[in-house]
Amino acid sequence: MTNDNSSLRGELLRILPDLDVRSEAEELLAYSYDGTAALQQVPSVVVFARSTEQISEVLRYASSHGIPVVTRGSGTGLSGGSLPSPGCILLCLSQMNRILELDPANLTLLAEAGAITAAIAEAASGAGLFYPPDPGSMKISTIGGNVAENSGGLRGLKYGVTRNYVMGLEVVLPDGEVIWTGNKCVKDVAGYSLRDLFIGSEGTLGVITKVLLKLIPPPAARKTMLAVYDDMENAARTVSAIISAKIIPCTLEFLDRVTINCVEDYASIGLPREAEALLLIESDGHPAAVEEEAAAMKEIALAHGASSVETASTQEQAAGLAAARRTAFSALARVGPTTILEDATVPRDRLPEMVRHIQEVAERHQLRIGTFGHMGDGNLHPTFLTNEKDEEQMHRVEVAMKEIFAKAVELGGTITGEHGVGVAKKAFLPGAIGELNVEVMRRMKRAFDPRGILNPGKIFDPSPAA
Amino acid sequence: MHCGMCLPTCPTYDVTKNEKHSPRGRIALMRAIADDKLKLSRAFGEEMSYCLGCLACETACPAGVDYAHLFEVARADVERSGVMASPTRSVVRSLLLRVLFTRPRLLRLVGRLLWIFQASGAQSMMRALGLTRLLPGRLRTLEPQTPLVLPRFSHQMIRPVEAPKGDKRYRVGLLTGCVQDLVFADINRDTADVLLANDCEVVTPAVQSCCGSLHAHNGESATACVLARRMIDQFDPFDFDAIITNAAGCGSHLKTYGRLLAGDPAYAGRAAEWDRKLKDINEWLVEIGFRIPEAKTGNNEALREVTYHEACHLCHGQKITKQPREILRSIPGVKLVELTESNWCCGSAGVYNITQPETAATLQQRKVGHIEATGAAVVATCNPGCHLQLANGLKRSCSDIRVTQPVTLLAQAYKNEAESVF
Repeated sequence: MTNDNSSLRGELLRILPDLDVRSEAEELLAYSYDGTAALQQVPSVVVFARSTEQISEVLRYASSHGIPVVTRGSGTGLSGGSLPSPGCILLCLSQMNRILELDPANLTLLAEAGAITAAIAEAASGAGLFYPPDPGSMKISTIGGNVAENSGGLRGLKYGVTRNYVMGLEVVLPDGEVIWTGNKCVKDVAGYSLRDLFIGSEGTLGVITKVLLKLIPPPAARKTMLAVYDDMENAARTVSAIISAKIIPCTLEFLDRVTINCVEDYASIGLPREAEALLLIESDGHPAAVEEEAAAMKEIALAHGASSVETASTQEQAAGLAAARRTAFSALARVGPTTILEDATVPRDRLPEMVRHIQEVAERHQLRIGTFGHMGDGNLHPTFLTNEKDEEQMHRVEVAMKEIFAKAVELGGTITGEHGVGVAKKAFLPGAIGELNVEVMRRMKRAFDPRGILNPGKIFDPSPAA
Repeated sequence: MHCGMCLPTCPTYDVTKNEKHSPRGRIALMRAIADDKLKLSRAFGEEMSYCLGCLACETACPAGVDYAHLFEVARADVERSGVMASPTRSVVRSLLLRVLFTRPRLLRLVGRLLWIFQASGAQSMMRALGLTRLLPGRLRTLEPQTPLVLPRFSHQMIRPVEAPKGDKRYRVGLLTGCVQDLVFADINRDTADVLLANDCEVVTPAVQSCCGSLHAHNGESATACVLARRMIDQFDPFDFDAIITNAAGCGSHLKTYGRLLAGDPAYAGRAAEWDRKLKDINEWLVEIGFRIPEAKTGNNEALREVTYHEACHLCHGQKITKQPREILRSIPGVKLVELTESNWCCGSAGVYNITQPETAATLQQRKVGHIEATGAAVVATCNPGCHLQLANGLKRSCSDIRVTQPVTLLAQAYKNEAESVF
């Protein structure tokens, strides 16, 4: 094994003498996981790419030798999307992290794929502009990874997800060819939208190396509120009521009691520990509209069982609340050794049913599930607080997970709202979207990557499972 | 848990963008070794030395992972395994850690010799004659950084028991440290003065051992235990309202005696009490509601701008961030200017600037750049290592920004108000 690894390293160095490629055991182990719990696979070699040309050469070599290649940014993914495939070259883009251009005339920003999302948001803000997608992991996640997973975030409700901000991409195809798809035109209907195929393709169709993003003017005003509930379903009902009252705030986030307490343990910002549920509500836009929207939502929340609705008095307080919510997933790890985060999404009028179902499942299987999420998007993150070493418990987790996804699909929802399918959820994909849809995806994969070297085994297996 | 929230706060990951040099990567390696999936190798040992131990990752970790403990255990494993052993390293380590830093009198003797060397002009003469070139490589680059030893040590400046002028509200023990004692005995004197000014009776035994932080942070856990016991023997925590340290690196370790000696029936109880009583000077002053110094009468001087660099082991190790700022803000004539990345490691990190000079220098330059950008005349910090690192960095960039500590500025402010009487 080690011999193979170092000979693969030698081969790559023969083609590209300047390539930073590692094969020592410590290096490989450090790249054997991403943010997903309980999944690990050691790669054959790790390549730290520094340019599109290098990536092109590496892929050309891998393609001609049938060696799998898995692309990785900061490894914050939560569905095993950047988990190494057996025997693969792990292609790490974290060093390709420059912001190449900010174009205020066209409101665009061009960055290398390894650029950190928060750095992009800061650069935009420095130019008086706004990049809305804000995945929970934005402080460290890379923009390339966001595009590949079509990441969402806390502002998805009003502003959409990463897809809505991608104008163009530079992509290296599996045989090493480099294409550009998209441009700075707001309107462009010339042919198939290849760009859209790569967004959310989870590294299976090509390696995204540059991203051209759309920026927008920032909202003039913002108001953040915290609604407190002693009943989880009332929070869900409030969300449904806000949406059906035709109000689209920028944020409608939900935290249950377990999550509230874990977040509070970390951030100590004074969340009410005894509440059963919290809604973090944020409205932004024109000051007058924000005032009106906030007042209407406060009224709806109180009418649907909120015990109190408080407004953040300062910008810092509001930012603190959002930041604390961003840590929810990680903070839940205080409860058990293994934290398995799920990503079930339903139409927003079915939220109360979904929330009730998750509670029932937790009780029936005697599991601890902390739930939080982007309730305004119908996107819930039921999070299993477990121990991967307890096999019996892990079995119950598996059964519970199936029941949660089955319910989500039954309610017209989906098995992942923003984390992707990766390896964690591929078993659920055919049930959620249908066998034929999966088969069409397989055909597309074959068209781009006939030898199947890019991120093999992710989203679906090459041929239907026997 | 491996969410990666620690990565952007890690100075070494920031430099290399390599997962192996991140807290998450290091923990994965430690776990693989514990699970027998990876051999404890020299590469692992090197990785553990590459980590600064700044603990920024702990502050960032929402999951509450105790990196400091994992890291100390890993370093101890590395030492036990012998993967890093080489004859020179072993001799130097045991001379420093097991001999010099366990024998306070010997340490002072060496300090005295160093002082004679510096004060007699021998050092400058050696530099002028270019004799420093005779030193081996690494020592040669370090030589200009040798701290200037003070002519007097703590025990010559602080009596074993000093009583406050007015009512005695508290009885506290004062730790003089080892490096602090040699190089910054005056700061120990300032600490005692400030405590006296706040109605504390100050007990300062003349000969004190090293607290063992250097040992624990460098994988010598057995020696660290010996030193902890010795320390508790010297300061029985039940005799004091608080035991005061003014060195952040020591404080961070001193607060874990309870865990260190948990398995020792003779010491566990006192060690737990020790943890409760052990206070950083800044923490203690704010806790007891320190007296705000009065402005000197007729003082119309312009405000002096002071910036504050946070010692890693104070802000990340002990979560003390507001108190030193509160003290600085309370001082008449001082205007606190915030430092960019104030809690980003300066590269001193115990003996890191000796073991990893390149990374240490990179971090030092980054820090000095930020300090200069504040336009402040003075930078305050709360750890002897940081103090020296900043002073050396500023000297190298020919800056006249002065390095000091909040407690010194406070002591000075109390002195100023006394003078104003005349």
